[in-house]
Amino acid sequence: MLVRHVEHLSTAITYLRGTTYVGRDLPGRLPVEFAYTGGSSFTDYLRVAAPEMLPGRRALPPGALGDLAPHGTTIIAISYAGGVLLAGDRRATMGNLIAQRDMEKVFPADAYSVVGIAGTAGIGLELVRLYRVELEHYEKIEGTSLSLPAKANRLAAMVRDNLGAAIQGLAVVPILAGYDPTAPDPATAGRIYSYDVTGGPFEEKDFQAVGSGSLFAKSALKKRYRPDVDEAGAVRLAVAALYDAAEDDTATGGPDLARRIFPIVSVVDADGVRQVPEDEIAAIVRAIVDERLEQPGG
Amino acid sequence: MTMPFYASPEQLMRDKSEYARKGIARGRSVVVMTYADGVLFVAENVSTALHKVAEIYDRIGFAAVGRYNEFENLRKAGVRYADVQGYSNNRTDVRGLGLANVYAQALGTLFTEQPKPFEVEVCVAEVGDSPASDQLYRLTYDGSVGDEPGYVAMGGQAEAISNVVKERHRDDLTLAEALRLAVDALSGTGAERRELTAAQLEVAVLDRRRTGRTFRRIVGGALSDLLASTSSEPAAEPESAEEPPAEKPATKKAAPAKKATGKAEPQADAAKGEDSSGDTSEE
Repeated sequence: MLVRHVEHLSTAITYLRGTTYVGRDLPGRLPVEFAYTGGSSFTDYLRVAAPEMLPGRRALPPGALGDLAPHGTTIIAISYAGGVLLAGDRRATMGNLIAQRDMEKVFPADAYSVVGIAGTAGIGLELVRLYRVELEHYEKIEGTSLSLPAKANRLAAMVRDNLGAAIQGLAVVPILAGYDPTAPDPATAGRIYSYDVTGGPFEEKDFQAVGSGSLFAKSALKKRYRPDVDEAGAVRLAVAALYDAAEDDTATGGPDLARRIFPIVSVVDADGVRQVPEDEIAAIVRAIVDERLEQPGG
Repeated sequence: MTMPFYASPEQLMRDKSEYARKGIARGRSVVVMTYADGVLFVAENVSTALHKVAEIYDRIGFAAVGRYNEFENLRKAGVRYADVQGYSNNRTDVRGLGLANVYAQALGTLFTEQPKPFEVEVCVAEVGDSPASDQLYRLTYDGSVGDEPGYVAMGGQAEAISNVVKERHRDDLTLAEALRLAVDALSGTGAERRELTAAQLEVAVLDRRRTGRTFRRIVGGALSDLLASTSSEPAAEPESAEEPPAEKPATKKAAPAKKATGKAEPQADAAKGEDSSGDTSEE
């Protein structure tokens, strides 16, 4: 009798000391999501609960792997009065082949930011997927959004996690465009953050581009960009710059009028993220093509 | 020095239940109900920061009564569970039933293993394509789970509130009518009746017309307008349903007013990027 009482008491004391419970679906134990005591980062949580799901954690065979998988290219970011936009072509290449002609590389990350990816397509898509959950998870756990610089930093950490694979040729370089709803002046609330394989973020003024066609896109933008450009003007600049990039870079896809495959352009302003409708882009593309019939250099 | 005396398992469980029930009964109540365009959550809650109602996933919402720190832990665990499910499978694969089972297991474990049970009652709501396919699960402190069609009332006056809602609830209520019914029920009856104002209410919906994240808080001016659109005539005319025009202006007003109040509503704004047409498409 006495022994049983003592046992009972000691069990109670163990609980009071705060036993840690880990594991799932075991009788008498709490599932891991209840036992987790960490913060509001989804990536940190996965590291504890399901590390096999994290992209940067897989061991790769030695050697260069860059020719294994399709690559996506050229993304352009332009800031304009009252907002910022991100535009991407639709091509994915594998060596000298076109792997996909209608790939999407520009995604809304949350209500006030868009992210585009250049580099290894599969890894890039996974990174974007994780990044979107990361932002949403924080928002739900904390009840408020991350600040724009914090969003940029979280993305940098994810890019850095991929450094090993990047050195072996599986690089992913994103670009982030966001609108800061807390900024004092709405006209200059748009921000552009670029990255390299080691991370970042690097805040950019006016415009920036990533991917194999970025050199030509930036050259085109350098001549045409004006800081006081409005949204419609900026969309046109972006489509024209992608056209120029596609002329000189085989990995960047030009607009495909026959199949109706046009660049994807997403704008972010005080009202949030909005993808420019396809027929609007189609009209701009047609105008540019007509113009180039007269003046091939633009 | 003093020896713990023997207590039978029945006695222990009874004591724990009673303890949990008393804790829950002290708290203010929450009503969850389906209406024509979604699921409505109404909680009596003066705090604008310590929520009783929250978003779990695209089509899943959470409401709780009882001890804040305890149901807040459950809420966060639910978000973690749902986000992992959605990340490893697809966003459409996160279901309310799965979450309810996880909660049931955790609450059951806590009830039997811990000296002190959780003093909480939780409702997991999943919005479907029609009111008939909405799912409301009610979970109690000991891990029992119940599937309650139409509406759930939890908290101190759960039974009295249920009686009011039972009489007047229909699947085709508009948002304004459903809100009026919920507020009337929460206000109590007879001598204990008091008028609840917008400042004492926490209101949110899962809007079935939206794609992506459907959870929206209704706050500030939008909430006052919605409350004012159906005047409070509880006893005189319980069926204020014969006012179909009440709905359109109310929902129309809701969206811009939300912005005008300047309240930071991350959840409310979040899905806008993916679905900017949501508010206007039904006009």
